[in-house]
Amino acid sequence: MTKPTDHQMPELDFNTPALKRHRKLRALKDKVAGMGIAIGGSSVILAVLLICFYLLYEVAPLFSGASIDPKASYSLPAQSEGESLYLTTEEQSEIGMRVASNGSIVFFSIADGSVIETVENARAQAVTSFAVESDTSRLLAFGYADGKVVIKKHGYRISYPDGTRLITPFVEYPYGEEAIDVANFSIEKLAVRDSEDGLTIAASGATQSAILQVTKDVNFITEEVELTEQREAIPFIADIKSLLISGNQRSLYVATHSGEFSEFDLRDFDNISLKDSASLVAENAELVSMSYLVGQTSVMVADSSGRVSQWFNVRDDETNEEKLHFIRDVQQPNALVDVAMEQRRKGFATLDDNGVVAIYNATSTRKVIDEQLSDETARLISFSPRANGLLLEDSKGMHFYYVDNEHPEVSWSSLWGQVWYESYPEPTYTWQSSAANNDFEPKYSLMPLAFGTLKAAFYAMLMAVPLAICGAIYTAYFMAPALRRKIKPVIELMEALPTVILGFLAGLFFAPFLEENLAATFSILVVLPVGILLFAYLWSRLPTKLRWLVPEGWQPLVLIPVIIFLAWFCLAMSPVIELNFFGGNIRGWITHDLGITFDQRNALVVGFAMGFAVIPTIFSITEDAIFSVPKALTQGSLALGATYWQTMTRVVLPTASPGIFSAVMIGMGRAVGETMIVLMATGNTPIMDFNIFEGMRTLAANLAVEVPESEVGSSHYRILFLAAFVLFIFTFIVNTIAETVRQHLRKKYGSL
Amino acid sequence: MSSEIKMEKKSVSEWFKSGDPWVWLNAGAVAISVIMVVGLLLLIAVRGLGHFWPADVMQATYSLPGEKPYTVAAERVESVDVTSAQLREAGVNLPDDGDAILQRTLLKMGNRDVYGADFGWVLDKYLSDIQTPEMLFAAERHEWGNLYGYLMSVKEDGQVVSETTDLTPTDSALATWAAFEASIERASQIHDEIKDIEKGDIGKINHALERIRLKQRRLELSGDLTPAAEADLAAERSQYDEEYKGLQSTLAALYQQINRDSFTVQVMDGTVHDIQVSKIVHAFRPNAMGVFAKLGFYFNKVWEFLTDDPREANTEGGVFPAIFGTVMMVLLMTVLVTPFGVVAAVYLREYAKQGVITRVIRIAVNNLAGVPSIVYGVFGLGFFIYFLGSGIDEAFFPEALPSPTFGTGGLMWASITLALLTVPVVIVATEEGLSRIPRNVREGSLALGATKAETLWRVVLPMASPAIMTGVILAVARAAGEVAPLMLVGVVKLAPTLPLDGNYPFIHLDQKFMHLGFHIYDVGFQSPNVEAARPLVYATALLLVMVIALLNFSAVTIRNHLREKYKSLEM
Repeated sequence: MTKPTDHQMPELDFNTPALKRHRKLRALKDKVAGMGIAIGGSSVILAVLLICFYLLYEVAPLFSGASIDPKASYSLPAQSEGESLYLTTEEQSEIGMRVASNGSIVFFSIADGSVIETVENARAQAVTSFAVESDTSRLLAFGYADGKVVIKKHGYRISYPDGTRLITPFVEYPYGEEAIDVANFSIEKLAVRDSEDGLTIAASGATQSAILQVTKDVNFITEEVELTEQREAIPFIADIKSLLISGNQRSLYVATHSGEFSEFDLRDFDNISLKDSASLVAENAELVSMSYLVGQTSVMVADSSGRVSQWFNVRDDETNEEKLHFIRDVQQPNALVDVAMEQRRKGFATLDDNGVVAIYNATSTRKVIDEQLSDETARLISFSPRANGLLLEDSKGMHFYYVDNEHPEVSWSSLWGQVWYESYPEPTYTWQSSAANNDFEPKYSLMPLAFGTLKAAFYAMLMAVPLAICGAIYTAYFMAPALRRKIKPVIELMEALPTVILGFLAGLFFAPFLEENLAATFSILVVLPVGILLFAYLWSRLPTKLRWLVPEGWQPLVLIPVIIFLAWFCLAMSPVIELNFFGGNIRGWITHDLGITFDQRNALVVGFAMGFAVIPTIFSITEDAIFSVPKALTQGSLALGATYWQTMTRVVLPTASPGIFSAVMIGMGRAVGETMIVLMATGNTPIMDFNIFEGMRTLAANLAVEVPESEVGSSHYRILFLAAFVLFIFTFIVNTIAETVRQHLRKKYGSL
Repeated sequence: MSSEIKMEKKSVSEWFKSGDPWVWLNAGAVAISVIMVVGLLLLIAVRGLGHFWPADVMQATYSLPGEKPYTVAAERVESVDVTSAQLREAGVNLPDDGDAILQRTLLKMGNRDVYGADFGWVLDKYLSDIQTPEMLFAAERHEWGNLYGYLMSVKEDGQVVSETTDLTPTDSALATWAAFEASIERASQIHDEIKDIEKGDIGKINHALERIRLKQRRLELSGDLTPAAEADLAAERSQYDEEYKGLQSTLAALYQQINRDSFTVQVMDGTVHDIQVSKIVHAFRPNAMGVFAKLGFYFNKVWEFLTDDPREANTEGGVFPAIFGTVMMVLLMTVLVTPFGVVAAVYLREYAKQGVITRVIRIAVNNLAGVPSIVYGVFGLGFFIYFLGSGIDEAFFPEALPSPTFGTGGLMWASITLALLTVPVVIVATEEGLSRIPRNVREGSLALGATKAETLWRVVLPMASPAIMTGVILAVARAAGEVAPLMLVGVVKLAPTLPLDGNYPFIHLDQKFMHLGFHIYDVGFQSPNVEAARPLVYATALLLVMVIALLNFSAVTIRNHLREKYKSLEM
């Protein structure tokens, strides 16, 4: 083909160096832009998805268990003094202490086992028994064959002689170096309990038992401590394995080798009586030890069948007396040799005759680790005060281990199940993350929070679903198009309204308003529908001419004044109703006559306020779903003679139902995660009660309240992250279901 | 017509069968929703705007049976009907005289320093002798709330300048009032001067001294703190100290001046109190004001609300720092969220290979918009602040440790958290816009030799810009009203300085800031005097609604403008 215009146009050279460079530059730019967008885009998406993984990353350590790492091993320090009766370490885990069987106290270096100091038994008599007050008080009692007892206390002095920390151990005698006369027989078993008010020592020999109480009184004038001693005999029980004086010094617990338990009442010290008896151990098992968990409330009983059981006092309903009650137990496969208690948490470690050490948390009954540490005959274990170290003595010598055990108190069952906490009358679901005193054990049950969340969402949906769906049905199907164009944005405007404003109005305006007009609120629920129906009926009886003034599809405009009037009427009648039916005080009537607790900021208020927040979401999606039902379907139905309403219920609603379902799901997702409204419109008390007049605490509100003040990395912090993760997953799943259903619906309509 | 006649005779059961009642009930649901929305907005608007109106102060005698009658001077706040049984339950000692329903009014009596409480409920029935005396005045104070009473005298340095014994508008009373107003005018001018010096000049010096301290610490940490450098720093410091001393003496003089005047006021229990004029913000006699005077006063108050700092634990004064913080945070968020959201959407729609993975990602991103905002807050606190922030502090601001710079909540983290919260919204909207652009437009551009990037930049993005704007609008509207995550990542009840000022580096991204939404929560729920704070909360709520509406409307306008511009491109 010839090109007739060739000679008219100058030859275009597209390959000049300049154009080539330009093209190269453009190609480069294109490549760079493509890569930039790919990197930028995928990193944004990754960043967004990171949320899920970061939450998991913070939660994971909760369930990761513990680890034990050997640190040092050496032969028994000061072996000549004999095997140990008791082991412990000081705060920093630098110095260990053991009480040898001859009564010497040996301090040694944890790092290499070298003996730092040995405090010998100063008396001529041999030590026949030994007892520890508690690990934290560091008070030790030594009983002798002559019936006397010496109380010693080990302590540690910290100094910084040349910039480095130096810890020096010492032993002191808080009740004097002179032995205390407790009994007139050789002491075989000993128990001691000390407090600011007094000291109690119980002792038992081959045929007798005795108890000594020393009361401390501070002299007002000289401020000297005066001690008064009182000795009593207690009924003898043979074959005693363990003696224990209760933390409040009101009871003496005696347990025999076969696990027979007796409790003596010490409140009336002149007249000590047997209060209770029981069997503590499994059949055919022998008692190994009976000791207090930290806090001196729970007694932990270990036996030769490998069982450790927890007991504490629960008030008996019939006798109104406190009785030691079995709470829970854990089972190890082999016979136990020793049990060590943590000093700051409700944790303990068991040592069995195979040298296996298992670390448990008592409250959550969670076993965080189970590991064989010794091949030899293991004898004793002990936790360091911070529970980050473990001292073990076996026939080979002494071993020290590092323990990493961050979150033993959290287990799946303690988060979601009922837990029987100390000094509670029964197992409960409790969320109580902090308290004023130190002895407090945090209670992390997510159930009350999850329950509160669902309760709030339920009442919100109760309010929102009927209003939103009915409104959407009308707007999409019956409303005049001109009106629809105005009404729809108005209702959707609610969605942009900050929830903090709704919460503030709910808490400060609506809650007191509701309290004062309870009668009106409940009468409105009845009066409004009835009134609307009545009005509609009267309207249908009106002369046609009048009715035609309002065209079809404009009914809401007629109804607005009617509804305002009805609401006003209910409000005006509220005091009258209250006077005539509830003695003038409906709130008092609810609390006194019905016995229902009434909070001003309650589920009803939340239901209204959050319902208000959810309405636009549900309305908007439902309206779209109904509106997009193909016209062919409805017209077919109408052509077959169905009324509008029949077409609506039999054709349109079934077709749009997946869309409505997804609207409700998305609305629910929003109600579950809403924070500000519940934070402001409820009292935020974590209770498990479905009462509409009481408040609740939701997961989201709990996060807003507690996250800023929780310590980073603590169990509390991680549990809060878990709560956030639960919220995240819940809404994510709900939304995914809703979205899938909607996509499906869209496809279906597409084919119609 | 015959069918009409038949319908007239429809029985109730036929009427029900026709389905009409259900249609009416559905119409009722629409009507209720509309009433609720409009009613709520009206409630906020009326209460919020009403707060600034100088209400009349009434004076009345209140004689509850069995108690000593006393005189009250107060503004009426609200009235409600209560039953006598409720009152008795609440501990009111009521005589049984047959009235089952009583009207109860909440009065703002002010004078908290004298009476102990500045609000009180009274039963209207026992109010008598109600009047609105012209000389009864109200005064807003810097602390202790409002003061109501009669002006008795004005003093300078303890010497009476003008005094009156009249409680009616006589010449002497008016002259004393005029002297009082002049004295307040003078005091407030000095007050402004003091504030300028304290906030402006001294603030600058403190900022400079802090920077010197940090510089010294930095040198110390790097081991470069030579004696020479130390001497330099000391010299600089002493220069600022000198300046500070000068300002201190100016301030002392000003304080002496401002405390010159005082006045005596007789309050309702008959006692006379001597009060310093410097404690007064405004004084006015609402009962003597005409409509125009009240209007003037009203707009003055509105202006003060918008431009002043808060006073008295946020329950009085203005909310300027909160407005500033909100707008600034939203702007920063917009700057962050727009490019990232658009890039992510472009990648998903134009560059990524379409397949199962992109579909899953699309659903995931879509659903992230429904994840509760508090979860983003928790993430922001854990990841940005504790994880990234403390890392940044250790790497770049070791001199300030242990006090954190970015390791604590602040403007930047708040903006990023909110950007993360709203980025799915932008992505979804942009993608939708991109998917609507016809294929042939792109192909046309490519056929003309444009590269993919050029097509994107010159053709696709401009055409998608209305959709992008929609996404940004939605993001902004959501971000401006969100409070829950901000409570975890940097909002405070009272920030001493704005995050933008004249001190280097001018924008303080690490600073905590105030926010209108949080202000509502804090003042409404954490304030000790909720009754006094409530009107201000309504006003703040109204303002927040208006800010959000404004942000929305301006964005809608921009969108419409863009739509108009690219209309010719749409087919």
